[in-house]
Amino acid sequence: MKKLVTLFTVLVFLFMHLPIIVIIIFSFSEGQILALPIKGWTLDWYRQALQDDRLRTGLMNSLKVATAATVLASILGTLGAVAIQRYRFFGRQAFRASVVFPILLPGIITGVAMLTFFANANLPLGLLTVIIGHATFGFPVVFNTMAARLARLPRSLEEAAADLGATPTQAFRRVLLPSIRSALIAGALLAFTLSFDEIIVTIFLTGNQNTLPMEIWARLRFGMTPEINATVTMVLVLSGLLVVTGQWLSRE
Amino acid sequence: MNDQAVILESVSRAYGNVRAVDNVSLTIHAGEFFTLLGSSGSGKTTTLRLIGGFETPDAGRVLIGGVDVTRLPAYKRNVHTVFQDYALFPHLNVFDNVAFALSLKNLSRDELRRQVGAALELVQLAGYEDRKPGQLSGGQQQRVALARAIVDHPAVLLLDEPLSALDAKIRGEVREEIKRLQRETRITFVYVTHDQEEALTMSDRLAVMRGGRVLQLGTPLDVYERPADLFVAEFVGKANFLDGQLTSQAGTRATIRIADQTVDATLAFPIATGAAVRVMIRPENLRLQPPGQPGFTGVVTQSQYLGHATQYLVQSGALTLRVLELRRRGTVPHAEGAAVVVNWNWEEALVYPQTKAE
Repeated sequence: MKKLVTLFTVLVFLFMHLPIIVIIIFSFSEGQILALPIKGWTLDWYRQALQDDRLRTGLMNSLKVATAATVLASILGTLGAVAIQRYRFFGRQAFRASVVFPILLPGIITGVAMLTFFANANLPLGLLTVIIGHATFGFPVVFNTMAARLARLPRSLEEAAADLGATPTQAFRRVLLPSIRSALIAGALLAFTLSFDEIIVTIFLTGNQNTLPMEIWARLRFGMTPEINATVTMVLVLSGLLVVTGQWLSRE
Repeated sequence: MNDQAVILESVSRAYGNVRAVDNVSLTIHAGEFFTLLGSSGSGKTTTLRLIGGFETPDAGRVLIGGVDVTRLPAYKRNVHTVFQDYALFPHLNVFDNVAFALSLKNLSRDELRRQVGAALELVQLAGYEDRKPGQLSGGQQQRVALARAIVDHPAVLLLDEPLSALDAKIRGEVREEIKRLQRETRITFVYVTHDQEEALTMSDRLAVMRGGRVLQLGTPLDVYERPADLFVAEFVGKANFLDGQLTSQAGTRATIRIADQTVDATLAFPIATGAAVRVMIRPENLRLQPPGQPGFTGVVTQSQYLGHATQYLVQSGALTLRVLELRRRGTVPHAEGAAVVVNWNWEEALVYPQTKAE
C-alpha cells in the first residue's frame, strides 16, 4: 500500500513537471528537432537566444511592463488596504468588492473592455496601455495580501506611534510600512510574476511592441525551436531566483 | 507650574446607544498617581483614551496642563501611553523603540543617546539596547514600554492595565517598579485597572467608575472606609451586607433591626427613620466572641487559616457572615462547628439606603 502511494505521488509529480524537465533537457540538445535519443550537448541555443534581437527586446519590454505595473499596483494596493483596514467610510464594503473584482474577470473581458476604453479615450496602444491593463489585476493581488496582513496587525502599534508624537505620515512610514513590508514584498512579487507571463490582456492592449510571452507565442506558430527552449529555461531560472529572493527579503 | 495636570469637564462619549463615558468631570493634580478603577465596560479605558487623544468626546472638554486639547490629535499632546499589549515596535530594537519619541524631535545624536540611556537605566534595562522585543520576557517588554513612554518626560503618563498580561508572580514586582518610577520622575500617572488591590496600594487618589460614570473620587482610604454607595463598597474590598430597618437615630448613630436583633451602626447619609436599609461592614471589623455576648449567635461553618489571619464563615439563622480575624500569638483559631457570637463597634458599620436590586 505504501509503495502504491509513493508510486502515485511520483506519477503526479512527473505529470506536473515532466514537460518542464523535457524543455530544459532539450535546450541543451544539439539536434534541431526535439527528438530522442539526444546526440550531443551544446550551449549554442543559449547563445543564439541571447543574441536574438527580438527575444531581447521582448524580454526588456516584459521587464519594463512588469516593473511599472508592479510599482503602480503596490502603491494603489497598499493605500487601498490601509483605507479598508484603518478607516470606516461610506461604501467601504462596495469598495472592497469592486477592488477585488478584476481578479475574477476573465482576461479576455478585461482586454476587450480596456481596448474599447483606450480607443474612445484616444490613448494610443503601446507599453503604457499594457502597463495600465496589468496594474488592474496586480492592484487587487497586492491589496488582498496587504489587507490580510493589516487585519492581523494590532491597532495599538499605530496608536503608539501617534502617542509618541508621530504624525500620520511619520507613523505610516516608520511603523506601519516596516511592519507590513513582508506582505508588500510577497504581493508585489505575485503581481510581477502575473504580469511577466500575461498574454491575453497584452494581446488586446499592445501596439507593435511585443512582450516576451507574446514573442514566444508568435514563434510557436512556426513550431518549437531550441532557442525558445533556452529562453524559457532562462526565464524559469530568473523566476526561481526572484521567488527565493522574495522569500528571503520577506522573512520575519 | 500648573497644578492641574488633567481636567475633564463634563466629558461624554457614546458608541451607538452605549454611553461609554457619561458626563465625567475629573481633576487630576500634577505629580499625582491617579487610578481609574472599574470592571470591563465601566468606561475607564475610554476615559484614558479621551485623555490620550485616541477618542474625541461627543461633549465636554479635555484640558492638559491648563490647555484645551479636546480637538487635538494624539500626536500633538504631551501625553504618552503604556498600552495593555505594550505595542512595542517589533521591527525596532530596544534602543530604537525607546528612542522613538526623541527621534521625531531635532536632537543631537549624543543627546538622544544620553536620554535613551537614562530611561533604560531608570527601568534597569541597560545592556539590552540591541535586543528585539520578541527576544524579551513579558516583564522586560513591559519595562521597555515604560522607558519608551517616559523618555522625553511627558506631562502625563497613561497606563492601560499594564499588569494584566503579566504572570501573577512578577506582577507585584512590576507594581513596585511602576510606583518607584512615578516617585522618581514626578510625572503625573493616570492608571487604569480593574484590580481593586492595585488601585488601593498604588494610588494617591482613585476614581471608581461604573457604566461610564464616576461613582466615587477620593483617596484609597476614603474609598475603602467611606464607600460612596453599596456598589463601591462591594467592588473595593470585601464586605458583609445586612438588610434591616432603621428604627431610630441619634446624630450619626442609628439603631437598626436586623432579623431578630437590634444593632447600632453609623449613618453614611441622612436616612428617614423607618426606612429599609442595608448595613455594610468589612470582615476585619467583625468580632468573634464566646456565646452569651450580645450580637448574632451562630456556628462557624468554614475556617480558613491564611497565616497572618484566619477567615471564617459564620452562619447565624439566614445570615452568612464573613469574618477576618488577625492571628495573635497564644490564641487558637475557632474550629468549624464552634458556637460563636458575631458583633461589631457601631463606628465600623455603615448604613446605606436599600436601593433597587442592580
